[in-house]
Amino acid sequence: MIQVFSKEVGGFLNSLIAYIVIGVFLTAIGLLTWVFKDTSVLDNGFANLDTLFTMGPYVLVFLIPAITMKSFAEERKLGTMELLQTKPLTDWDILLGKFFASVVLVLCALLPTLVYYYTIYQLSDPVGNVDSSGIAGSYVGLFLLGMVFCAIGILASSLTNNQIVAFLTAAFLCFLFYSGFDSFSALVLEGGQGLFIRQLGILYHYESLSRGLIDSRDLIYFASVCFVFLLSTKTVLGSRSW
Amino acid sequence: MSITVRNLTKLYGNKPAVNNISFSVGPGEVVGFLGPNGAGKSTTMKIMTGYLPPTAGSVTVCDQEVSQQKSVRKTIGYLPEHNPLYLDMYVHEFLHFVGKVYGIHGAELKRKVAETVERCGLTIEQNKKIEMLSKGYRQRVGLAQALLHDPQVLILDEPTTGLDPNQIVEIRQLIRSISANKTVLFSTHIMQEVQALCNRAVIINNGEVVADDTIDNLLARSTDNSLESVFRDLTKTPDA
Repeated sequence: MIQVFSKEVGGFLNSLIAYIVIGVFLTAIGLLTWVFKDTSVLDNGFANLDTLFTMGPYVLVFLIPAITMKSFAEERKLGTMELLQTKPLTDWDILLGKFFASVVLVLCALLPTLVYYYTIYQLSDPVGNVDSSGIAGSYVGLFLLGMVFCAIGILASSLTNNQIVAFLTAAFLCFLFYSGFDSFSALVLEGGQGLFIRQLGILYHYESLSRGLIDSRDLIYFASVCFVFLLSTKTVLGSRSW
Repeated sequence: MSITVRNLTKLYGNKPAVNNISFSVGPGEVVGFLGPNGAGKSTTMKIMTGYLPPTAGSVTVCDQEVSQQKSVRKTIGYLPEHNPLYLDMYVHEFLHFVGKVYGIHGAELKRKVAETVERCGLTIEQNKKIEMLSKGYRQRVGLAQALLHDPQVLILDEPTTGLDPNQIVEIRQLIRSISANKTVLFSTHIMQEVQALCNRAVIINNGEVVADDTIDNLLARSTDNSLESVFRDLTKTPDA
């Protein structure tokens, strides 16, 4: 697994994808958080990072599929999948290597935003008057959400050898899982059913984490959604139906 | 036996690509695997290397059954058809990656990569990106990745297709030099190549073995002492 992981990371660094993804993410989030009047923290009146955590997922909905779209689609198009699958690597080695490489890239995009926390911390009055645990929970949530998006993107990429199809499928699925279930639950009658549908979506668990309470139920939700998508990818790879 | 194929069948949908074929290749043999396009050569090789699962039958390589197991793949070096490579990698970077996949590390990896680069005539090109290489050099990179871990069995799917006559001769010499202590099974459409390299040939047509004999015996079947006429006799379709 580690060989595939380092090859993928090398590929991100060599092909500029890493720099563009991190650059676009930080520019978009930086503008939204600090510059644009409607969403700027400075005009908000409260010392919090709500903009980062509400807009971040929507930026990631587009960025993560862009990272993952080539992972299997390109290998299939070039035929290098055959090269990999006839080497002493299991399908899990290949897909986990690719998955973790994407996750690391997402982590690298998120880490610089810790500077925002420091800024808010210093700007608040009195200094340090921020909801640190809420922000910590939100970071955990945003990272886990990024992992789920990576798993979705990898699955979408394994289903086709066309990168555009992989990108659009992944973006749609990410959006559906992020807020689709939530919107859908509003259409259903009030009560248990609505709540059940909400709980299928990421937003419910993301919001729960952002309150600063890292609940095992939410962690299990994110882990199991990741696992289901990775297992589906494994099934697709194992079927060799291309 | 280095490679044993037993009653191998592969169906694509309902259509058999390979239909109940059996043959074997002994240690140190160089065997040509011939057949018209679409006869099932590549499919057979894909099953041998563990890329595709067989519908029925089995393949053993060095007494291990080919399956999803990793261990058997270490004994096989495989050059797939059309030679897929990571075009955005450098030659030495790609070979280091392949070496690590085979569990070779550190000083041994360095030594093996250097050795393979030299053996495949890639010394001048090793610091170039693969996309910058000509087809002949790419083919050498493909062979290099198949040879790097010093496998006992080499499976080469059309190693000389699309090369110019000089490159064909070079690749052929390379195959000859490496075949000294390895079992080699390769597919080709060039009959001179078979005569130049192999002691035996397996000919398949429509997914079935139509001949499995030494080159001399095959030549004895023909009227004009050419392998080409034997090939045509065995594989022609009735309406052609």
